[in-house]
This record gives sequence, C-alpha cells and structure tokens, in this order.
Amino acid sequence: MLTLGDKTINGDKLCSLADAIRDLVPDGSSIVLGAALENAIPFAATHELIRQGKRNLNMIAPISDISTDMMIGAGCVTEVTGAWVGNVSGGMGHNFRRATEKGEPHQIKVHDYSNFSIGMAFFAGAYGLPYVPLKSILGSDIIKSNPRIKMANNPFSDGPDPVALVPALKPDVAFLVVQRADRFGNSHIWGSTGLTQEASIAANRIIVIADEVVEPEVISSDPSRVLIPGFGVNAVCHIPAANHPSPLIGKWKRDNAFFHHYHKETREPENFQRWLKEWVLDLPDHEAYRTKLGGELEELRIEGEALSAPANYAVE
Amino acid sequence: MHDYSTQELMIIAAARQINDGERIFVGMRLPITAYGVARLTHAPNAVGLFESGVSRYEPAEDMLYTMCDGPNQLGAAWTTGLIQIMGLLSGGRVHAGFVGGAEIDRFANINTSYIGDYENPTTKLPGSGGAPDIAAMAERLIIIINHQKHRLVEKVDYITSPGFLTGGDARKEAGLPGGGPSVVITDRAILRPYGPENELHLASVHPGHTEEEIKENTGWDLKTVPDLEETPSPSKEELDALHTIDKEGFWRS
Repeated sequence: MLTLGDKTINGDKLCSLADAIRDLVPDGSSIVLGAALENAIPFAATHELIRQGKRNLNMIAPISDISTDMMIGAGCVTEVTGAWVGNVSGGMGHNFRRATEKGEPHQIKVHDYSNFSIGMAFFAGAYGLPYVPLKSILGSDIIKSNPRIKMANNPFSDGPDPVALVPALKPDVAFLVVQRADRFGNSHIWGSTGLTQEASIAANRIIVIADEVVEPEVISSDPSRVLIPGFGVNAVCHIPAANHPSPLIGKWKRDNAFFHHYHKETREPENFQRWLKEWVLDLPDHEAYRTKLGGELEELRIEGEALSAPANYAVE
Repeated sequence: MHDYSTQELMIIAAARQINDGERIFVGMRLPITAYGVARLTHAPNAVGLFESGVSRYEPAEDMLYTMCDGPNQLGAAWTTGLIQIMGLLSGGRVHAGFVGGAEIDRFANINTSYIGDYENPTTKLPGSGGAPDIAAMAERLIIIINHQKHRLVEKVDYITSPGFLTGGDARKEAGLPGGGPSVVITDRAILRPYGPENELHLASVHPGHTEEEIKENTGWDLKTVPDLEETPSPSKEELDALHTIDKEGFWRS
C-alpha cells in the first residue's frame, strides 16, 4: 500500500490509478494535471478524480485544455490557479464560464497568472526560492486581480526599475503522462514538455502515468532523456492512452473531433451531466474508456517510426 | 472581386512584418501560416518559437490543431520546456511576437480575460496564456484582431497584455522592457501607434475597404496617419507561398 511521503523511494511503485488517487490525493489538495500545455494531459486521472468525487481541489496549471473544464463541471474544484482555461481547439470552456459568471455548480476562485509567471512560480517552488522577480507581467492587470503578486523596485538599480514579485508555487500532487517509465518511476519523456519538470519537482507528490512500462535498463540506457527520476515519484500507473484526447508524442495523435464534440455537448449544464455520465461516471476505469472508444482510438495510434539516432554513453 | 480572400490578405500582411533572420514568437492559426509564408519568401532565415517548448526552422508539414501536436515536434530545431523558450523572450532575445485578442483599445492594450468587472465578470474569457509575457518582452508586438466596433474599444475592461497602457511614456514608466505594439492587422486595415501619445492610427486601408467604413467600425475616434496607404495586394510569389503552406485551403474561403 502506498503511503504519503517518500517511504517507497526504492520500491516497486506500480499500482492502479484508483489506488494512487485514493491514497495520495485527499480532498482540498492542490493538483497539477499535466503541465506540458496541450500534449500529455493525464485525462485518465481527470476521470478518476471525478469518479472518486474529490472536492475542494485547487487546479494548478498553465493550460490543461478541457481537463480543467471537466473537473469544474463535475464540482471537484474551488480554485483555479493558471493562465488559461478553455477548449484549445473548440473555444471557451462552458463549465469554466458557468462557474465564474454564474457560480454554477458553485463559485470558484481564479488566481490569474501568465504562462511565464506560473512557470517561474513553479521554478521557485522546485528550487527553494521564496519568490521570483519578473518583468514579464508588468503592465498587465494580472498584478491587480492576483493579490499574491506584489510590486517592488529592483534593489540593484539606482533609479526606478519596477519588478513584480511572484511567490513560489508548491502543488500537493503532480500527475504526469510519460511515454515510458520503469516500475520505480524513472521516466523518459520526449517532445516539448512545457512546465512538466518544474511543476513536478515543485510538487510534494508525483504520480506517473506511463503509456508503457519498461525494464529499468531501458531507462538507464539513456539518462539524458529522464525528465523525472524515480526517487521523486510516489506511484507509477500503467495506462496506455491516458492522454486521450490530447496527443502523446510518438504514441498517440490528438483526437481533435473529441474536443469539438465536448464543446458541442457541454453547452448546457444538463448536457454536460449526460456527457459526464456517458464518458466518465458510467465507466469503471480507463480500460472501459478505451474499449468504448474502440476503433476510434486505434486510428489515433501512431504506427510510423521516426527514430532518433542512438547516443553513445560508453566510458572507454 | 480579388483572387485572394480577406484571411489570405491578413496572413500576407502579417508575413510582411517578419524580417529575415529574426526570432519570432509564432503562436497558432493565422500567425503560423504567416510565418511559413515569410520563410518561403523574404525571410528564409527566420526562426519560429512556440511557448510550449518548441523551436522550428521549417514550418510543420502537416496540419496543426495546437502547437504541441506531433507534426510541430518532428524535425524541430529544439524541443524543450516553456521556461527555456519563454526565457529567450524574458532575456530580450526575441524580435517579435504575435498575439490575438477579444478586445483592443486605442493604446493597443489587449483583453483576453474578463468582460466587465474582474471580480464579477459578465463574460469570463479563457485568459492570458503567454500573451502578457510576449507583449511585455518582445521587441515588437504584432497584433491580429477582427475589426468590429465591440472589439476595437476606447478602453479595455481588463489589460491582459499591455500595449502603451495610458499612452505617451506610460509603458516605459511601468518598467516594460519590450518595445510594444508595432502594428495591428485587422480584416479591414492596418493600424499603427503614431505620435507622442502612441495612439493607434489608421495607417493602411485594405483593398475594397474605405476610410469611412473603418472609422465606423472602430470604437474610438480613429485618427489617420499623414501618409495613409492602401495595403498592397498580395503578389503572385506571396500567394504561391501561401498556397504551398496552406495545402488544404483552410484560409482560402
């Protein structure tokens, strides 16, 4: 059984996502559900958090596409800390709008950031800096609508030189989808990663969802491709296509039609409830979700190969 | 009738804003196509940057729905993290960036966050993404927006991405390092900041549009630069480049 903290550092951390969420994500947690922007979003975890009826969560992410919108509509969320919430290819997130404009299903508090400022707040959280001084949100009303951000003058400057001080962000839990990991949580990721590394290192607990679980030798053969080492990981869940409908580089294409379908089907709250029942609540787990998708999912599987050249790590 | 669409004219007008050898924050949709056109015509050495953590020389070969899609990563110059790419911006190493918006005002401030009071908004828009960072830090900001009276307003409800704030030297006094908006490309015209107030002025009228119609569709008393131009129609070379990039004719209708 998993325990909070680091007692399982060198053990086999393979477990079901349902167990990991039950043990590592209490109500009221601040969580990162993917921080790569529009790829590798752990939708399997979004679904399981909703199924387990988690409440009062603070969703922290630059952009997690419709994942955040689903969580809000399902009533799991009281705070959103981020730069953008919506449906990247469909437009607005209907549940996000209902919550912020009408308080449905209940009010949520939005903490505004830009992508770089939330990134640097994760960076500060990861590496023990109390805050970061930034120029990149000067002039933006983010400084007014987010009271956590304070203004100061650069103490190293002789004249007026405003900087915005952004405090460190340390999420309770980070979920990340990786192309492959071993059973200890050592993870290979390739392609663009957004804020995955900073958000994960800043987090108190990391749950890795691996598209493929491989022998430790596969991971250790290329340590430069390790984004997150196993010693920081609390749980490893083996779930293919956990990223669906977002893409996972070299594994799964983006299911753009699914995002449009979600946009259309969630315009009204009752329709969202019907969508949620069909795609989340009535399904016991991600395997059932994949079965429901069936051939549609198979069409998204990347069959081709564009392999990188091997890197030589030999010592003599 | 022209042998190009309004969208195509906007893309080509945007492409003309990219100079050869520049590092450009591209973004999605129209600017990504504009970047491709610029590379194929006058700016073969431009470098494209995407905030998710991608840098490319050649534009992606296949259709992109988001900057994180596989085709934008295959053959990239660099796939990395957001801080590495946006750090170039913050470090003052990016020449220009593209942003869009729901609302823009006469000092080129952009709102993509809240309509109404931010504590009790009538409409909650998706938010900022990386636009404030680009608007603050890029040497030049290229803005693309549809030209409607409710979008080009006297004063935005919320400044997501700063232009010239309250005009004049306000931007400089706020400590913003980047040069600010250099151009606003709409479906009717091109506006530019002009004069000591840095107020947006009508600088170029697209073929088939009139000064009067453009002013009617602007939410403030739009002034005109002394040397008002007509936007040059796309050349054959530019249209050929666009059709090479936009194979499926996504922007043609």
